[in-house]
Amino acid sequence: MPTPLKILVPVKRVIDYAVKPRVNKARTAVETSGVKHSMNPFDELSIEAAVRMRESKNPPVDDILALSAGPAKCVDVLRTAMAMGADRSIHVEIPDAGQGQAELEPLGVAKLLAKVVADEGRNLVILGKQSIDDDSSQTGQMLAGLLGWGQATQASKIEIDDSDRVTVTREVDGGVETVRFPLPGIITTDLRLNEPRYASLPNIMKAKKKKLEKKSLSDYGVDERRRLKTVKVEEPPPRKGGGKVEDVDGLIAKLKELGAI
Amino acid sequence: MATTCLKNVLFNRRLTASSIKSSRPSYLLRPCPAAQTRWSSATTEPRQPDADGGTKGGPSTQRYIKYTSESYPGIKRDNKFGKLSKAHVKFFKDLLGAQSAVIDGVSQDATDDLEPFNSDWMRKYKGHTKLVVKPGSTDEVSKVLKYCNNNMLAVVPQGGNSGLVGGSVPVYDEIVINMSRMNSIRGFDEVSGTLVVDAGCILEIVDHFLAERNHIFPLDLGAKGSCHIGGNVATNAGGLRLLRYGSLHGNVLGIEAVLPDGTVMDDLSKLRKNNTGYDIKQLFIGGEGTIGIITGVSILCPQRSKAANVAFFGLESFDKVQEAFRAAKSQLSEILSAFELMDGQSQDLVHAVTAKKRPLEGQYPFYCLIETSGSNPDHDSEKLEKFLEHVMGEEIVSDGVLAQDETQIQSLWSWREGIPECLGHWGGVYKYDLSIPLPELYKLVEDTRERLTSVGLIGDDEKHPVVGVVGYGHMGDSNLHLNVATRRFDTEVEKKLEPFVYEWIAKRNGSISAEHGLGLAKKAFVGYSRSETMIRLMKQIKDLYDPVSRITPLLDCLMTNYTAERYHEPI
Repeated sequence: MPTPLKILVPVKRVIDYAVKPRVNKARTAVETSGVKHSMNPFDELSIEAAVRMRESKNPPVDDILALSAGPAKCVDVLRTAMAMGADRSIHVEIPDAGQGQAELEPLGVAKLLAKVVADEGRNLVILGKQSIDDDSSQTGQMLAGLLGWGQATQASKIEIDDSDRVTVTREVDGGVETVRFPLPGIITTDLRLNEPRYASLPNIMKAKKKKLEKKSLSDYGVDERRRLKTVKVEEPPPRKGGGKVEDVDGLIAKLKELGAI
Repeated sequence: MATTCLKNVLFNRRLTASSIKSSRPSYLLRPCPAAQTRWSSATTEPRQPDADGGTKGGPSTQRYIKYTSESYPGIKRDNKFGKLSKAHVKFFKDLLGAQSAVIDGVSQDATDDLEPFNSDWMRKYKGHTKLVVKPGSTDEVSKVLKYCNNNMLAVVPQGGNSGLVGGSVPVYDEIVINMSRMNSIRGFDEVSGTLVVDAGCILEIVDHFLAERNHIFPLDLGAKGSCHIGGNVATNAGGLRLLRYGSLHGNVLGIEAVLPDGTVMDDLSKLRKNNTGYDIKQLFIGGEGTIGIITGVSILCPQRSKAANVAFFGLESFDKVQEAFRAAKSQLSEILSAFELMDGQSQDLVHAVTAKKRPLEGQYPFYCLIETSGSNPDHDSEKLEKFLEHVMGEEIVSDGVLAQDETQIQSLWSWREGIPECLGHWGGVYKYDLSIPLPELYKLVEDTRERLTSVGLIGDDEKHPVVGVVGYGHMGDSNLHLNVATRRFDTEVEKKLEPFVYEWIAKRNGSISAEHGLGLAKKAFVGYSRSETMIRLMKQIKDLYDPVSRITPLLDCLMTNYTAERYHEPI
């Protein structure tokens, strides 16, 4: 008999994928105030993966728990996660000290998640392979290390058989790699895994009634001290604009001038 | 050689792609949503048949574009207009200098280069022009028109050539005056929001420029990647934001135009209030270039909203759609920025062409897209949530989704904005753009569908010319787009549609052209929407500003094909 899954899906609230990020005036971080935020796109894939596991009913899924750590607004992405199909969620509130100073580092997040896994009796954690704001791509791996669990990163396909073995296909340079680990374990998701669903209105309404627990870092006894200091943040140098030529003769003259012909 | 018109399209596509890529690393360019953005569908819309070879739209039976003069033998060339000679061409070449400013088909064979300027993107109209001139300044436009006026040469002004009524392409050998080289942004005042641009500026480029300054162009439409501001104004384009920001008649503050005799009318006012006599510039807005070519526009641009939300609904009947519209107006009021209607069949056809995953699980006879935009995200969300609870609770809408991020917003919009392009997939599309009193808005689609079905013209195979009859449009403006997607343009279909549609509209005091203009397609039918007195007054204005091309009795209708600025805009 397969073990019923108790899934944890951490979700991060980040600057919307379609918004062009700008560096703040003090050049210490990316400007976040007054900018549209959404769920990290990779975390959407993780939620979708978890919900599809439940829909397939094999193995049975007991519970999908979404978790977000960050300022008060993170509740929005948790509501979205629950509207997509997560059963309940935990918001670990970290007061916004402004300009990203309060943000946890991957190791801090991994330690927090390790505690949550223990407290909530999880046997599968599905994470986005990275968040699109800091692009660290470390949390899943660190969590696997802290828990001593197997991990499969950048999943493009997930299968779980009756003897609790998880088979994951991952896209690597030049092809695909297939890996397998026994539960419990960690999966990080990649773009081709699935196409996340829209949050439907009935489910948005239902999500409002789902349980959302407020916690703080001290509840989990996690040391949130940063080990890295951001020295400076700069925009990439602007691309030099191309010139326009009037006609074909102008183009030929320009190419000759540049030694291209 | 790529023509300028195509260059614009290509340039835009590149610009769009790079602006997406530069903001985010490439791993985020998802295979699906990245191809579903509002922009990509918009920029490919007015493609020319020889540009992409129709690859984007898939197989198409309408390869060959019939000359307008063959399709409509009733239209006669007025022989008081002169024939082009090499001497004429030399004048234009000397005047405009640059080689790229004149495409000369008189002294050499330039059929391929002239093709994109001769035909429209719907592949319905095609002219015989031998000469395209691209003036680079108001002064050059003035000299070109003066010369044409003195030498009795017919012209057709052309913007982005994204029109739907055949207004921007020649019928015979009119000289095409293409405005694409007049494309600089002259100035923008961030305090008042007043923008001054050349007529040949592309809408999307101007809107990007404004976005960087937290402002928005008060007009948005599917062809924004190609259409010119001058053409938008000349045709009084309506589009997606009219519900919120109003018509160009209110937003345009000033116009610089060149009259047919070369006179420059400099009324480029930046004033919101100016009650000193007749407001002549209003005649140029929606005048389709019949009394002059617009060369510059000053326009009032509102502040760009910080927060935008999009919801997509499925509804069981048109009555429910009306209820939803009333609820949206009363509960969302000032933040409501779009209320778009799409019928089930239009969405089926989009699905058939794009094979994208539908936003809703079930299928419904009607769909609506609602957009809100405002300055305070929390305020908007609260209002929207109440509204959504209301329409779901009262069972006004059967199902719906709410976009959770920008990518989903664009993806939902593509189901509305992608319709015109997808309908052209099988061949030709008969397009009607109509103002109809709201309660009867959709009845026309049902009546038309029934009419074509009863005579056996609609079917799934090649034997039937019609693929389907669909309705969609700007519900908020009582503006319906009735589209008949066909496998080929067929006179039998046309006979069943016209004047049936126009008579139907006239009976209900609607308009036969809500936002597309008259152009060539609708000009013969203007009597269905305007009284004899109104048409007489319009003719008087035309004669006053353009005495040279006084309408001949042969063309017993409002617009001549000559000395007429006729660019147009789809959506």
